[in-house]
Parts: sequence; C-alpha cells; structure tokens
Amino acid sequence: MEEIKNSLDTKELVLSMGPQHPSTHGVLRLVLELDGETIKKCTPYVGYLHRGIEKLSETMTYHSTIPLTDRMDYISSMSNNVGYCVAVEKLFGIEAPERAKYIRTIVSEMTRISSHIIWVATHALDIGAMTVFLYSFREREWLLDLFEELCGARLTVSYPRIGGVRNDVSQHFLDSLYKFTEEFDSRMDEYETLIDKNRIWLKRTKGIGVISAEEAINWGLSGATLRGSGVDYDIRKRFPYDAYDKVDFIVPLGEKGDVYDRYRCRMIELRQANRIIKQCIEQMPKGPIMAPDAPKFTLPAKDRVLSDMESLIHHFVLITKGQMAAPEGEIYVATEVPKGELGFYIVSDGSGRPYRMRVRAPSFVHASVLPRLSVGHMLADVIANIGTIDIVLGECDR
Amino acid sequence: MEPLQVAEILREKYPDEIIDTSEFRGQVSVTIKKEKALDIFRFLHDDPSLSFDYLSDLCGLDNLGKKDSRFAVVYHLYSMEHRHMIRIKVAVSEDDCAVDSVVPVWIGADWHERECYDMFGIEFKGHPDLRRILMPEDWEGHPLRKDYPAKGPSDELEWPGFREVLEKSKEFKKYEWKR
Repeated sequence: MEEIKNSLDTKELVLSMGPQHPSTHGVLRLVLELDGETIKKCTPYVGYLHRGIEKLSETMTYHSTIPLTDRMDYISSMSNNVGYCVAVEKLFGIEAPERAKYIRTIVSEMTRISSHIIWVATHALDIGAMTVFLYSFREREWLLDLFEELCGARLTVSYPRIGGVRNDVSQHFLDSLYKFTEEFDSRMDEYETLIDKNRIWLKRTKGIGVISAEEAINWGLSGATLRGSGVDYDIRKRFPYDAYDKVDFIVPLGEKGDVYDRYRCRMIELRQANRIIKQCIEQMPKGPIMAPDAPKFTLPAKDRVLSDMESLIHHFVLITKGQMAAPEGEIYVATEVPKGELGFYIVSDGSGRPYRMRVRAPSFVHASVLPRLSVGHMLADVIANIGTIDIVLGECDR
Repeated sequence: MEPLQVAEILREKYPDEIIDTSEFRGQVSVTIKKEKALDIFRFLHDDPSLSFDYLSDLCGLDNLGKKDSRFAVVYHLYSMEHRHMIRIKVAVSEDDCAVDSVVPVWIGADWHERECYDMFGIEFKGHPDLRRILMPEDWEGHPLRKDYPAKGPSDELEWPGFREVLEKSKEFKKYEWKR
C-alpha cells in the first residue's frame, strides 16, 4: 500500500475502487487519486482471474484446449472457439468445408449480438438508464436458447472443432434464427428510442474519454474501441476468415473517438451482425461439416467410427495421443471477436501439443488504456469509461 | 509490401543484426540481436514505406534446450496504411535477461512487457513501471518458463498468500453456521 502511504500527507484523496465494484464487470481494481472529484491518477490492478490458460494449454492436446478458450471471454465464448480453431487450422494447413464456415460465421455473429447486447445493457445500467437492461436481456435469452438447441450449452459452448463444427444445424434452428433476425431490427429501434437522444445519456457520453486515431493505434486498441476513433480496421474485412468474404456488411466508424461514438459504432455493428446472419442463412450451402480430407487432424464422424476400421484407428490415436504430426512452425492468427482483436500465437515443435500458445486478449490491451481515458475527468466518468472499452476480466487475466 | 521484402530491407540496412529469417504459411519472422533492437523498431515504425504503426502483440518465448539463446521476445507488427505484417523475434540469453523497452515507440507495449516480465522474468530496460501484473506481487518464480512445473510450485515453496487462506478457513471452522 505504498501509494496510500505516500499520499497521506497531501490533500489528495486515494480511493480504491473494486475489485468488487458492480460497474467493473468482474474483478478489476482501480486505485484512483482524486483532487476533489477530478481524477489525477488512475492505476488499474488486474490478475484476480488469472488461471494460467497459456501454461495449461502447453500440457494439453490441440483438441482439448478448445474448452479452455470458452473460459476466457465467457460472454462470447463461441467467438473464442472459432478464433482458436481458425488459428489451429492455419497451423495444420487444413480448411473447413463451406457449410461449416457458414455455420461458424452465423454463431460468431450471434455471439456478437449477445455480447454487444449485454454491453449496451450494463453500460446503460452503470450510467443510470435501467430500462435498457430489462429489455435487452429478452433478446439475449432468445439467442442463448438457440445456442442450447444447437449444442446443449448456453455459455461454455465448445461447439466449433478443428476442421469444422461438432454437429450440423437443424432446419428448426435455422427457421427460428431467421425469425429472430426479422424481429431484431425493431428491437434495436426500441433501445435507440430509449437512449439515443436521451439528454442525460448525451451529457454523460459526449466528449468523455476522447482518444484520437493516431493515439488509439499507438495504444494498440482494436475492435469498436478503435473504430470509434475513426480507424478503419476490421479483421473480418482485412483478413477475411470463414465466410466473411462472401457476405456484405459495412464497418461503422466514429469521428470524435468519445464514449458516444463508440456506443454508436456498436449499435450499428449490432444491426450489421443481424444482416450477416440473415445472408448466411439464405446462402447456406449443403455438404459435410468436418474437413473430410484431413483424417490425421480432425475427428471422424461417429457413424464412420462404428463401421469403418480406419476411422476407428484415427479416432483412437487422436484421442489417446493427441494430434498426429503437427507441422513445425509458428503462426499468429487474429480474428475479430466482439471485444476486438483476439490473436492466437501458436508455436509448434512438431509434437501433438502446442509448444507455446499465446493469447492476445483485446480486454487486456483495453484495460491498460483506462488511465489514459480517465485522467482529468470526473469520478463518475470512470464508470462510463469502463463501460465503453467493453472489457471482460476473464479474458484480460486469462 | 510482401513480408519477405520487409525482411530484405532489414537485412540490407542492418546486415550484422539479423540472425535468421524464416517463413511459415506466408508469415515471416526475423530474429534479430538485442543490442540495436530499439533502433530497428524505431526504423520500422518511422520509415514511411514501412510505417509499422500498430503493435498487434508482444510476448515472450522460452526455447529451453532448443536454441542457443534461451529466450526470445516476439513482436507482431502491423501497418494500418500499407496493410502488411511481420514478426520480429529478439533473442535474449539467460545470463543477460534484459532487452530495451519499446514503450517509447508503441505505448501499448506497456502492459505486454509487464506480463512478459511477470511470466518469463525478462527485464525491460527503460520501462516506466515494471511490476508483476497477473501474479501476486510476492510470487516467486516465473510461471511460463519451461522449467517451471505446470502443476505449480512444490508444497514448501507454496505461495504464502494461499497458506494464509487455508489457515483462515481452519479458523472459521470452529463457528457453527446456522441456516
């Protein structure tokens, strides 16, 4: 507690906010030095949720790491799974079949909607607009029910696989999802009516936490936090993966880089995600859902295991020994998750386990920019700033 | 610009500093010596034809028993304008486990370097605030090193904070909790 001791004889007040504060969305501790109500210095402390996922994955096979990625950003677990699978596929040099790519794009965008919805709900709740919270959980519930129908889990889904997805989507799932996409736009109108031009909302968000484009790039921000400053950087457009090069969507950009611009960016992203899902359902091709030409890396289908000798052997070896002959090399693959750029840097030494797996978590970078956004503002604006960078501490600490 | 071209430019400008260049699945990594690393990063950042203005990622790597220099600090750089990326690896030996901090070039490297120091024990010279970030402040050892056991330290080296919690739980056992 050096900081507290040092500041005892000055007139500034040191306030320890968190780790149990409701607005921190997890366990983030901020030590704030206040002059009246103005923030003079802000020091974030993270690490309360550190579970050593990077170290753990070195002891596990490529397949068994998938459930670990769920536990990073637990409100958008599907995107984490997809990001990991895309990275490992690139390392192995295999490609998922078309249908699996479309399914993955759908579930990634469903996750984007459910994550952004929970973001706008809690962000508004923190700032003092409670009604949005109650409405938006209605849509999130709908999506989580669909996840449950798809794979049996609501939060820790572990649905994508290396080289495809676990099981095919049913027609009933696609129909009810299509119904969702048709209704979602009108639900978005409801939220926007509630807060978009609300005077209190505008006062609390405009001109708060301003960061310029150059500075945002230098800080390494990503996702909507970066695009709010007007930088056109979306990995779905720049390095298209899965089916993103086959669908049409626009990337919203902000102008001033304040809390309000980032809010607008995410609201437009929600509508765009809805558009992407709609297009994917309409274009959905038929075919296999696991890469059939890569038996050494992907698990064979269950009916083949029960009837075909070769598949049984592959299944046995994959489960007991892990991946066979992962090529030696290193790879960095980034995907656009709801929070920003999620990168996996995997070093392989030719064995069945990753030699080193590094997770570049967007929340970790975004939490580090918090002092830059908060210093000079009022104490209450810290809450708005924590909301606007959209962090999940499970991902930040890994 | 193709990443191999970037590697070629680096080789022309700093012929003595490049140890090795490798390519895998279209991604190029350049291993450099650490003495002039900061100069090279400044050049990569400032040169208008390269302009690597975005530090995607910075992390440590432990090559225990695999390479001559035990550690490497891995930088993933990207250019917003030219849309090219490159991976730079700075070789760090175990005896002299320190490199220059790149915070003056990319301020976002701040927490990444703290994490790298926390996990690998690599020091970053010139870093504004080099402390542990994910592990407790009084933790001993650096968990992501290859000689650090995956199940954690042995019983004698148990983190004192955990022992405190265990004793506290014993203390609470004497109370009768009623529903």
